[in-house]
Amino acid sequence: MNSGTVSSRTVNTAPINFVVRGATLPDGTSTDLFVSDGQFVDSAVAGATIIDAAGLTALPGLVDLHTHLREPGYEQSETVLTGSRAAAAGGFTAVHAMANTSPVADTAGVVEQVESLGDQHGYVTVRPIGAVTIGLGGERLSEIGAMAQSRARVRVFSDDGKCVSDALLMRRALEYVKTFGGVIAQHAQEPRLTEGAQMNEGALSGELGLAGWPAVAEESIIARDVLLAEHVGARLHVCHLSTAGSVDVIRWAKARGIQVTAEVTPHHLLLTEELARTYDSRYKVNPPLRRDEDVRVLREALADGTIDIVATDHAPHPIESKECAWDEASFGMVGLESALRVVQLAVVDTGLLNWTDVARVLSSKPAEIGRLAGYDQAFTIGSAANFTLYDATVNRVFGVGDLRGKGINSPYLGRELPGRVVATIHNGYPTVLDGDLVEAGQVEESAVRVHESTRSSRG
Amino acid sequence: MRHLLSTKDLDRATAVGILDVAEDMADVASREVKKLPTLRGKTVINLFFEDSTRTRTSFELAAKRLSADLINFSAKGSSVSKGESLKDTAQTLAAMGADAVVIRHSSSGAAQVLAQSGWIDAAILNAGDGTHEHPTQALLDAFTMRKRLHGDASRGKDLDGLRVTIVGDILHSRVARSNAWLLTTLGAEVSLVAPATLLPAGIATWPVRLGYDLDEAVDANPDVVMMLRIQAERMNAAFFPNTREYARQWGLDDARLSRLRADTMVMHPGPMIRGLEISASAADSSRSTVLEQVANGVSIRMAVLYLLLSGTAEQ
Repeated sequence: MNSGTVSSRTVNTAPINFVVRGATLPDGTSTDLFVSDGQFVDSAVAGATIIDAAGLTALPGLVDLHTHLREPGYEQSETVLTGSRAAAAGGFTAVHAMANTSPVADTAGVVEQVESLGDQHGYVTVRPIGAVTIGLGGERLSEIGAMAQSRARVRVFSDDGKCVSDALLMRRALEYVKTFGGVIAQHAQEPRLTEGAQMNEGALSGELGLAGWPAVAEESIIARDVLLAEHVGARLHVCHLSTAGSVDVIRWAKARGIQVTAEVTPHHLLLTEELARTYDSRYKVNPPLRRDEDVRVLREALADGTIDIVATDHAPHPIESKECAWDEASFGMVGLESALRVVQLAVVDTGLLNWTDVARVLSSKPAEIGRLAGYDQAFTIGSAANFTLYDATVNRVFGVGDLRGKGINSPYLGRELPGRVVATIHNGYPTVLDGDLVEAGQVEESAVRVHESTRSSRG
Repeated sequence: MRHLLSTKDLDRATAVGILDVAEDMADVASREVKKLPTLRGKTVINLFFEDSTRTRTSFELAAKRLSADLINFSAKGSSVSKGESLKDTAQTLAAMGADAVVIRHSSSGAAQVLAQSGWIDAAILNAGDGTHEHPTQALLDAFTMRKRLHGDASRGKDLDGLRVTIVGDILHSRVARSNAWLLTTLGAEVSLVAPATLLPAGIATWPVRLGYDLDEAVDANPDVVMMLRIQAERMNAAFFPNTREYARQWGLDDARLSRLRADTMVMHPGPMIRGLEISASAADSSRSTVLEQVANGVSIRMAVLYLLLSGTAEQ
């Protein structure tokens, strides 16, 4: 058995007490981890299952601030269950589900439903994101307070997929969420400058005859929004930064002390607009893939902290939405299953980030932005056992078999990527073991068990 | 040559080769029986997702003069307009045994998507894809220029040193793109003239000269002036204030026409809007090649169909 394999001796139920032997923590030290009843404990519990993690990197459970789970309404693309499975397979233990479902997540009822589906399935913690405006219509504020005070305790609000382009509405939204300690996650895309836009605007779009998506359409909104955030003293999060100019604006805003955070997707850290030459719509995404130079600057900005986090923008689509001409195809790529591997390829193997940085940009910081508790002190005794065991030493071609959600619209199919998620532990029970998803019924059962034991221990 | 998708990937020898085959095809048109048996038994499908009577008819004539069986599969009124995908249409045509598909589509890259899809094995001939390319138009334009310059001695010649000015909506023009690549490959010097709003971003990297001023371009003594069609609805998207101002600044009017040499060619891919981008007298003058372009279009399309379907394309 090689060092990348986990020997799990479980029978019908997933282990709830286990020992992880010889895992390498992000800081490079080697240790044994002891898990019991959902938490890290200081020593092995009798009868605990042993996981041999020699040679594996233990990372805190990954947290995605930008996931499209599609349910309710677009279950042909993804469901909370299938998206949760894709997330677990990628090493995630929590995802934030974007609001552009049908009905839109603009009421307490929808966000509570999404959250409880996530709890029930148990693969990851699902944190719903509320819409900023009713129906993502960009005209009237949705019931932000009701969503914040609902059982789902929503803290992130976004019209993602659409930009809150009305300056007054954006100002009010920023101010209003302060009331609940919330944050507006802006999809920065000036709508008039991007009417019909298909790909990054530049020499290549001109040659290919595809309508251009100028960098300024993103940068101008970010510039406006950081100034609004400064003016009203509110917290702003910028989704999927894609241009070098956006990095400049964020850097300037942070230097001024504006409360802004920013994310970048794995694909914007690796892929460039050149891929549009194929007219293969797997490479069609919003915001579009940009120039080589943008990719370089985004990587450096992630390394120096100007960009705070990596978020997937996992956007599953049915096959027919991509089997067509470029301008007829839907925007978006799936990304949960490949995110960690792409991050390793783009910024770890290139020496820009170490594993402690990865733990920050893919776990503690996104949790902090989303006000998700339990991710600030990874691996400490008494904290929730959310982590992933990752083999960074292997290289494999990424294939359809690696995709565990409904969407196969991945830009990485056929590409060699480093790394392999060997195990994922969510709230102290495994969702992935030996590189395979634990069966859904078993995960659901574990979720109930952990839930009950936490309740009884609370007393 | 497996497909004809763009002029960008044609080298000079291949391009000259196509023009030379078109010379042979033009000879056929002057015979009493305008028909060759070459493509007997081959099936050519005209797959038009956009209306274009001129281009469709030109391909139809070309296929028929080569004795191919030609089917017009127009998107209007067919299952395509009821939401059938490009994939299903392509697979249907493949099942019918199409040897070549001539595709006109409003999406840039549609012909390439079809060619690399694996949905259909036929030769794909791009008859205009969105704002990307229209290779047979550029080939017929090059053929027309060469014919005017060299007449019966055209075979084997390129366009070395020819000075071609293309005027109008470059941004949305597949004709301008295909011509920019092909004419440059054939040795011509291409200049593009348009308001800055109608020049694509990053055009400075193209192998062409750029200008905004048509008067300057006219006075620079070009050998060819090619006027592109301007769509009036562009003014609604603020590309220019109105058609009157456009015509004044970038239309080939009588005053500008009179400053051209007597042997300067005036070209237009059609359909023309007289009084907007081109005056009636410019369109009807002896400089105008508009009708020759139409006739040569059939010869070029015969040549391309022949080269794609008879398997003797390699030079």
